[in-house]
Amino acid sequence: MEFVFFITSGLFLGWSLGANDAANIFGTAVGTRMVRFRTAALIGSVFVILGAMMQGSGTTRTLSQLGSIDTLGGAFTAALCSAIVVTVMTWKKLPVSTGQAIVGAIIGWSFFTSTPVDFSVLTKIVGSWVTGPILGAFFSALLYLLMRRIIRRTSIHVIKLDIYIRLALIITGAFGAYSLGANNIANVMGVFVNSISLTVHFGKFTFSTIQLLFFLGGISIALGIATYSKKVMETVGNGVLSLTPETAIVVVLSQALVLFLFSSTSLYNFLSHLGLPPIPLVPVSSTQVVVGALIGIGFVRGVQEIRFEMLGQIALGWLLTPVLSGFLTFLTLFFMQNVFDVAVSGHERINSGTDLTPKIQNIIHLPANTDRLLTIAAIGIFLLSALVLLLHYRRNRLKMAANEKKLAEQIQYTDYQKALSEIELNNIRMENTSMAEHLEEKRKELVTFALNIGEMKQFLEVLSDSIEAADQEQNLQRKHELLHAELVRIRQKMSFTHEVEHIYKQAEQIHSDFVSRLSLRFPDLTEHERRLMVLLRNGFSSKEISPILNISPKSVEINRYRLRKKLNLRKDENLTQFINAI
Amino acid sequence: MFARANKSIELINKFLNCVDQSLLLFKDGVKNYLYRDQGNFASNLRSLANSEMESDVLRREIENTLYTQSLMPQLRGDIMRLLEEMDNLIDQAKKNLFQFDVEMPNIPAELIPDMIKLTQISTSAAESVIPAAKSYFSEPANVSEKIHRVYFFEKETDLLADVIRRKIFREMPELKLSEKFHLRYFTLHIENISDIAEKVADLLTIMAIKRTV
Repeated sequence: MEFVFFITSGLFLGWSLGANDAANIFGTAVGTRMVRFRTAALIGSVFVILGAMMQGSGTTRTLSQLGSIDTLGGAFTAALCSAIVVTVMTWKKLPVSTGQAIVGAIIGWSFFTSTPVDFSVLTKIVGSWVTGPILGAFFSALLYLLMRRIIRRTSIHVIKLDIYIRLALIITGAFGAYSLGANNIANVMGVFVNSISLTVHFGKFTFSTIQLLFFLGGISIALGIATYSKKVMETVGNGVLSLTPETAIVVVLSQALVLFLFSSTSLYNFLSHLGLPPIPLVPVSSTQVVVGALIGIGFVRGVQEIRFEMLGQIALGWLLTPVLSGFLTFLTLFFMQNVFDVAVSGHERINSGTDLTPKIQNIIHLPANTDRLLTIAAIGIFLLSALVLLLHYRRNRLKMAANEKKLAEQIQYTDYQKALSEIELNNIRMENTSMAEHLEEKRKELVTFALNIGEMKQFLEVLSDSIEAADQEQNLQRKHELLHAELVRIRQKMSFTHEVEHIYKQAEQIHSDFVSRLSLRFPDLTEHERRLMVLLRNGFSSKEISPILNISPKSVEINRYRLRKKLNLRKDENLTQFINAI
Repeated sequence: MFARANKSIELINKFLNCVDQSLLLFKDGVKNYLYRDQGNFASNLRSLANSEMESDVLRREIENTLYTQSLMPQLRGDIMRLLEEMDNLIDQAKKNLFQFDVEMPNIPAELIPDMIKLTQISTSAAESVIPAAKSYFSEPANVSEKIHRVYFFEKETDLLADVIRRKIFREMPELKLSEKFHLRYFTLHIENISDIAEKVADLLTIMAIKRTV
């Protein structure tokens, strides 16, 4: 029962970690509604527990090397103080890391109990606070470049891309949750590992202390994800993660990779086996790695995109969190021991009035060799140089891109001019076609006119010969007959049948669509009525129509009246307007 | 999931083709009106009305698919706005052609080539929006270079419309003032198409920036 009570502070810390850090993994996915919260919470919870159970031991071992808290009271106090610092700083919107809080708490406990702090372990942990974000930036820059190239090269349709992004968000989220569980379970349960020893039998299975603690810690993180992270995710993380889904994949994957590297025992053993410097197994702040990853993307997109105040926030977190947590732990341990009479250390009871200065000298053992420090410094310088080179390369590329853009604009301008010229050319062609048709019409008219002149001339010659013959005729009866015959011929010619036919043909040609519509709408019309309508459509008056139809104007009026009757027109309706509207 | 995506892609492509077809019909319709080819003009009018109806149906279907199957929650608002703006192009084209049919403006023969050119340039602006929109869906980085054409043709349309209006009011004393007003409105109607295309281009530019990785 005592165990259950003391472990609650660790569970609270786990809950707080789950509630806050899950947003780093699924914040964008849920905030942008690409993944439903229920799916995210389920995947996150399962993979956090799996990560904690399968890969959480490495970081826990490192943390217990820093300061082996050997009583439940001490572990309870350290976890509680860390949880309070994390909660208060989150509430005050200050950058915070659970790992830094717990490290501060362990150092506070070490100071209070005069237990020596292993300086080399502390260096390793503090070094990881710097290298974590730098590695995050490095991975994210690489992954971002890779993803951008893939998206641009493949030209995937946005709808299909949406599906791929959803799947990628789920897969990277699962990996992120697994790495979070593996790396950060030490923050939650690391302080309890050396303070209790338990074995639980469950049927055929037997659980050791670490397995049990990791399982409970994993569940507390999962509970944090399930109960409180929705709010944080919907406001998109801690304000840091207002990203597009594409960028979120890169950020989450970078974060997961960094957390995985800093917690993988297999990788540690493998690198040691090869004789290479292994990556230390230490808990890293996922939020700070995310900030590092965002800065990495900023480097790729252009320096102007980097929010440099984020770097300041990280530095503030590095200082503020461990100091506050250590100070609070020191004070709380004093109260726990002297007021509540709780044992906070396996050593003899500590006198609070003792002078701490000589103890501090005993606590911190400076490292025997400085090789490791030099290695870390060399890596730092190498990464910095790589960044400078990357920036230089990027600037050159931007310059080249600007030149290419200018050239492309010039080519485009030429294209536009070409397009405009084509339009003008088309217009001219169209006009030419229209004019050619017009010319052809005129030519036909001219030919008809010339033929008419010829025909007329021939007719008049014949007429002149006939009249001359009649004039020379002596027989009056015969003379009269001949003159009468010529008169009939002249009258026949006056009907202008050919010309009228020609006029009809031309009028029908101009209004070919009208003629076809007329036949469809009024199939009962006679040829004569149809022709009258075509002439009216052409704007001829009754007076003008009468010589064409070879009838009197009065007859034209009668024909119009009959036409109105046939078309069922009312008295107030105008025949010409009606015809024009067809 | 991929079958639904393919269906949505097909619908969007159909919609864009519908916009393209409507613009061609409009261009052809104006030409037929100006050359007094009543039969073909009437047929253009009918086809454009059908095309407008079809585009409305497609747009609603796309909206339904995107929302009910929660595709692209981040982008669908923008995409629906884009499709609505493009639908406005068809609406405007149809409205213009119907105005030609109802009001039967008397266009003097010397203005016919200018009016045809104005229609062609204005529809060219709108036509240039289609490849840009297609590019937005699969190659957002290329949108900006395709959109330049829209701005260029829009500017040219404005210039030409201005020239035509000046010609109408300053060089054609034989026209009545009412006829001049009537003609001015028709240049404005045609010009409207390129203005809408410019709006679509503005929207596309912002959307492409949002999507650029």
